[in-house]
Order: sequence, then structure tokens, then C-alpha cells
Amino acid sequence: MASWVKGRRIDWGGWFLYTGLTAFGLLMLAPLVYMASSAFKPVNELFLFPPRFFVQNPTMRNFYELLLITGTSTVPFTRFIFNSVVVSGGIVVGGVLVSACAAYPLAKHNFPFKKVFFNLIVTALMFSPMVLQIPQYLMISRSGLMNTYFALILPYIAAPVGMFLMTQFLRQLPDTLLEAARIDGASEWKVFWIVVMPMLKPAIATFSLFSFIQAWNDPYPAMVYTTHDNLKTLPLAIQTISGGAGVVARVGSLAAASFLMIIPTIAVFVITQRMVLQTMAHSGLKE
Amino acid sequence: MNANQNAVSIRTAAVLKARPGRWGQLWAEIKRNRASYLFLAPFLLLFTFFTIIPVLMTFGLSFTYYNILEPPKFIGLSNYKLLFVDDDIFLKAVGITLKFAFVTGPVGYIMAFLLAWLISQIPQKYRFFYTLCFYTPSITSSVAMSVVWLYLFAGDRKGLLNHYLIELGIINEPYLFLQNVNSIVPVLIIVSLWMSMGISFLAFLAGLQNVPQDLYEAGAIDGIKYRWQELIYITIPAVKPQLLFGAVMQVVASLQVFDVSMQLFGLPSPLYAGHTILAHLYDYAFIRFEMGYASAIAVVLFFLMLGLNRVIFKWLGRD
Repeated sequence: MASWVKGRRIDWGGWFLYTGLTAFGLLMLAPLVYMASSAFKPVNELFLFPPRFFVQNPTMRNFYELLLITGTSTVPFTRFIFNSVVVSGGIVVGGVLVSACAAYPLAKHNFPFKKVFFNLIVTALMFSPMVLQIPQYLMISRSGLMNTYFALILPYIAAPVGMFLMTQFLRQLPDTLLEAARIDGASEWKVFWIVVMPMLKPAIATFSLFSFIQAWNDPYPAMVYTTHDNLKTLPLAIQTISGGAGVVARVGSLAAASFLMIIPTIAVFVITQRMVLQTMAHSGLKE
Repeated sequence: MNANQNAVSIRTAAVLKARPGRWGQLWAEIKRNRASYLFLAPFLLLFTFFTIIPVLMTFGLSFTYYNILEPPKFIGLSNYKLLFVDDDIFLKAVGITLKFAFVTGPVGYIMAFLLAWLISQIPQKYRFFYTLCFYTPSITSSVAMSVVWLYLFAGDRKGLLNHYLIELGIINEPYLFLQNVNSIVPVLIIVSLWMSMGISFLAFLAGLQNVPQDLYEAGAIDGIKYRWQELIYITIPAVKPQLLFGAVMQVVASLQVFDVSMQLFGLPSPLYAGHTILAHLYDYAFIRFEMGYASAIAVVLFFLMLGLNRVIFKWLGRD
């Protein structure tokens, strides 16, 4: 689309743009690099002031220490990883399906109370989640979901953000393809699966990434809705290991743990962004 | 008499059957759109149970005194009275939050859109790297990042910013960025802007990907020469749904700023200079355990957001 060299003249505007963008990008990337390099720092470098950005004598000690600490607990560390994968996976898959199902009629159908539903859901976005914690806890404990995976997954599936995002993406798409499918005799359910879901791919990728990161990093649900150790998720386990943010004693293993935590996030980022980039807009849609 | 009534009711039933009234029509319409409701059902079910009912409970709690241990005690409007008449810190927090939101909201929004647009202009194989760069700040944990910021803004000679400012001769002695009342809100704004490339940035990026190529070709034929013309006449109208989404998310995020403030300045911040509405809420809900009062704060915040979002919906349109 853009060309570095227009004709034979060098595109100075473009050149400046790329340099600026790259510099700005690297600046934004800095904390991630800092975090990664901290994970490999020996103790004397971790407490250096002023802190050093890059590690000088990289060591794997922090990771060994992490293994050592987790080896002493009764529940194996892999169990936490398994729990986190199940919970985050459940939230992402369930959230995408339920939100997409809700977004389709809200964007493309016309039925009584449509606006009421839409406004209700978008309005819910504006209620601070912090105070909802206690009523939500009451709902979950009264319904007997405590100490199950459902308690960790179900409250997060009906996400207004996902519904809103997908509705907006569907509004951008023309109705012609839907109508063509209906004329060919497809039921609404079939239209949804065969036409709508593929068209929603960029929105699905975007929302999956967002909800995965939230679910993966959030220690709160496991902390509140479970009392058994074998239902703990990774972020909660790490919080327990490190004893919280400000504790000095295990800074090294905390850095290693944060580093390990972020690897799946980056992997999901890579997968979903590839999905976004690969959807060539309106492929197969020529009017 | 009875027969007469019967006759009347039979007649009305006949009329209803022949020409359904308003309710009948509505019911027919609802029945005709069964499929739409079935699609909505799972979402609405979970949503009602885990969001709407808790929200209603919170509204109810805002009229009570509730400390979590004892059952709530109804006290009428006195939470609200206290909030608006006596609680000077709350009013200050509203001021700080609005000041913060009016800068971060628009600037963060425009920055997210422009960066997404610039990224969409470069060849596809490089896009990935830039997206990662700009999106990273919002995925790194707040702890890891506060280490970097605390070092950058540290109030002694060793602080990165102070070090360079002194070396360049701009200031003579270290400036207490994180403690000085005048610099707290600007620092909060800078750090929040840096972290603001979140879901709206991703939505813009994906939305820009969705703009049909033939629109640009048509534009070129119609005489569009510069890229900014393309941006204004083709790109922005084509991604309007995403723009609306981003704007709503931006309002929600900027009025709920809290985490950064607590990480950088502590709670309470010096002279309450970084005290936002949500910080106030946190203070009452999880430090003083006055849930009734905290619920009242949440309700006020909710109406504040609702008002701002009405304006945005009016601006960016329904569709």
C-alpha cells in the first residue's frame, strides 16, 4: 500500500514517519524488555540502584527457586497451570460464542425491544465492577456454585464489551450476503454459522485476546469463589508464592513467575493478530 | 345481564381475532422473531444473573448502612446527602477525575486511532511488530511497570528524569514528581496515556482492516490525492462503528482510573492530590467496609458516565 520510494524521489515524509513510529514503539516496548531481563538477573543485580536495564550475568537461578518453592506445596504446580488453562479457555470460548450469538440479532435483526436490550447491555459497561463484587459473591454462594469451575467461568462469559464490539463490527458489514444466504434457503442458525461467524473473525480475534489477558491475569475469582487449593489458578498461586507485590524476599522468583505468566499472553497475541491480519476485508464480497 | 356480558366478551374476542390490538400485534411480532430472542437468550440469562441483579442490589444498598458483617440498615438518602454536602474529599475526587478524564480521554482516543491508522498504512509484514510494541504496555502487569515508572520519576538525584534535568541545567535541585501536589495529576496522565493502547486500539486496527479496498480505488478515481483526504473522506466514515465503541470504552476507562494512582502515589495520595472517584470508592468499600456509602459512590459515578456517553452516542450516531 505505502511505498518507501515514490518514483525515484525518496519519500522523506514516509521515512520520518517510520523512524518516529519505530522509536515510539521501542519506548513502549521497554518495560516488557525490563521485565524479561529481570527474570534472569542474579540477586545482586536485582537490588542495584539505579536499576540496570539489561542483565549482565544472566542466570537461571530464579527459575530453579520458583520450582523449589512450588515443589514444597501439596498441590503440584502443573495443577495450577491446568486450572488456569481450563478457566481462561472456558471464558474465551464461551464468551465469544455467547457474545456473537447476542450480537447477531442486535445488529442485523429487527424485533421488539431490540433497542432496550442493546442499551441495557451497553449501560452495564458503565457500572463500576468494584462494588459489584459483593453482590456477585452473594449470588454465587447462594446458587451453590462455590468451589466449582463454573463459579470461575460463568460470571465472566456474558461480557458487555464482547457483545458491544461484535455488534459494532457487524454493523460495518453489508446485509447483501445474509440476504443471499436466506434466499438460498438457509435457516437463521445456518446463516449465523456459515456467513456471520467468518465475517466476524477480526472482532472475534480482538475480543479473544482481550478476554484471555483479563482472565489469565486475574487472581480475584479464584481467591474469592474457591476455598480448595486444587482449584487455585496461576496468578493466585504466584501471588501466594511471592507474598504480594512489595515483598522483597522473593523478588527474583516473582520476576521469573511474571516472565512465565506473560509467555502464553504473547502466544495468544501472535495467534489472534495473525487472524486479524489474514482476514482480507470482504473477501468474496463483491457488490 | 350475564348473557349480555358474555355476548360483549365474545364480540371483543372476535374483534381481537379479526384485527389484533396493539398488544396482540406486539405479541405476533415477538412470535415472528422467535429466532432473534433465542440467539439472545444465553447472553441475557447469564447477564441478568451475574450483572443486572447485582447492579440492582447495589442500587438498593446505596440507601442503607451496610458493613458486610451486619445486615444492611435502611437509612434513606443520607448516604447521598453526606456525599454531596459534607464529603469535601469526594467533591475533590470528582474534580480530579474530570480533569484527568478531559485530558486523557480525547488525547488517548485520538492517539489510539492515529497509531492504528499509521500501522494500517505500512506493509503487512511489519505491522505485527508495531502492534506488539504499542499493545504491550496494557498487558504487562502493573507491578512490573510501576518499577520502571518509580525509577523514572524518583524524587532524588538518582531518578532518571531528575538526573537529566539537573545535568541539562533546567533545574537545580531534584523535583518531587510523585509527592508534589502540582505534578501528581500530570504524571498520572502521562502514565495512563502510555498504557491506554488497549482494546479500542485493537478494535480500530481490526476495523481498519475491514475497510473494503474498492472504496479507496473509487476514491482515487474521484480525485483523492493525499492520504489525509483518504483518511477523512473514506476511512473515518467506514470505521464509524469502531469509533463509537472506542469512545465509549475510553470514557469508561478514563473515569475509572485508580490502579495507576495507587501504584505510583499510594492511597491516600499526598494531600489527596491523586485521589480519584474510584480511589474514594475503594477506600470506603475495602478499607473502611462501608459498603452502603461505597454503593452510593458507584451510583453517582454510574450516572456521570451515563451522561457523558449520551453525548458520545449523539455525536457518533447510532449506526
